Amino acid sequence: MSYLTDEAIDYGNLISTVMRESDGALAFFAGVVRDHHDGHSVQSIFYDAYREMAEKEIEAVVQEVRRRYRPVSIAVVHRLGLLRVGETSIAIACASPHRAEAFAACREVIDEIKNRVPIWKKEKSPQGEEWVGWQKSV
Amino acid sequence: MENMTHKAPAPASEKSTVTVRLLLFAVLRDIAGCDERLLTIDEGTRAQDVWNSLRLAHPELQPYVTPPLTAVNMSYVPSDTVLREGDELAFIPPVAGG
Repeated sequence: MSYLTDEAIDYGNLISTVMRESDGALAFFAGVVRDHHDGHSVQSIFYDAYREMAEKEIEAVVQEVRRRYRPVSIAVVHRLGLLRVGETSIAIACASPHRAEAFAACREVIDEIKNRVPIWKKEKSPQGEEWVGWQKSV
Repeated sequence: MENMTHKAPAPASEKSTVTVRLLLFAVLRDIAGCDERLLTIDEGTRAQDVWNSLRLAHPELQPYVTPPLTAVNMSYVPSDTVLREGDELAFIPPVAGG
């Protein structure tokens, strides 16, 4: 299964892959392109990735979180390419028998993905285009 | 078994080289103007040495003295990792997924 897509993300489809009859809780997170960042307006975001490594790193994150919050069930999909305001860039669904594990797992998956998966975004605003994080990293 | 007695050291003038594939993503692809380069480098070259040659070739990278995160064969490694024949090298600018 691939964790990356170039198509619009279907929430219902993602959720249906994690729910089991033993699950009484579903936590869901979606990251959405918003119309502003750091005080300026945003028109669109282009997402780029080192695809093979991103797949590998997301898989590692999912495995780690799954081990920590067993028996949680996890599904993740990250969209790449050009996304406009209001479109979903990432969706994460975590199901478990009780809510505590589902919430915790969902939060940890998004935090770890933001932390280490080789995916980048180029933001387009009326001021021009910029790779987020690059200028500040000097 | 290899017969070591027949392996004479290479003369100093003929350095051994290795070939690695450098992948460029995001801001680095924009700056370099390509997404991939095949590099023939001296044996013993470290990832950070490749970064320094990129800095020399592209003035936009001059201020970035320390390389971004380094990946060899799709795993994060320290920047002083010595490159080997056939390695796939990528410098990972600050990630911004999600």
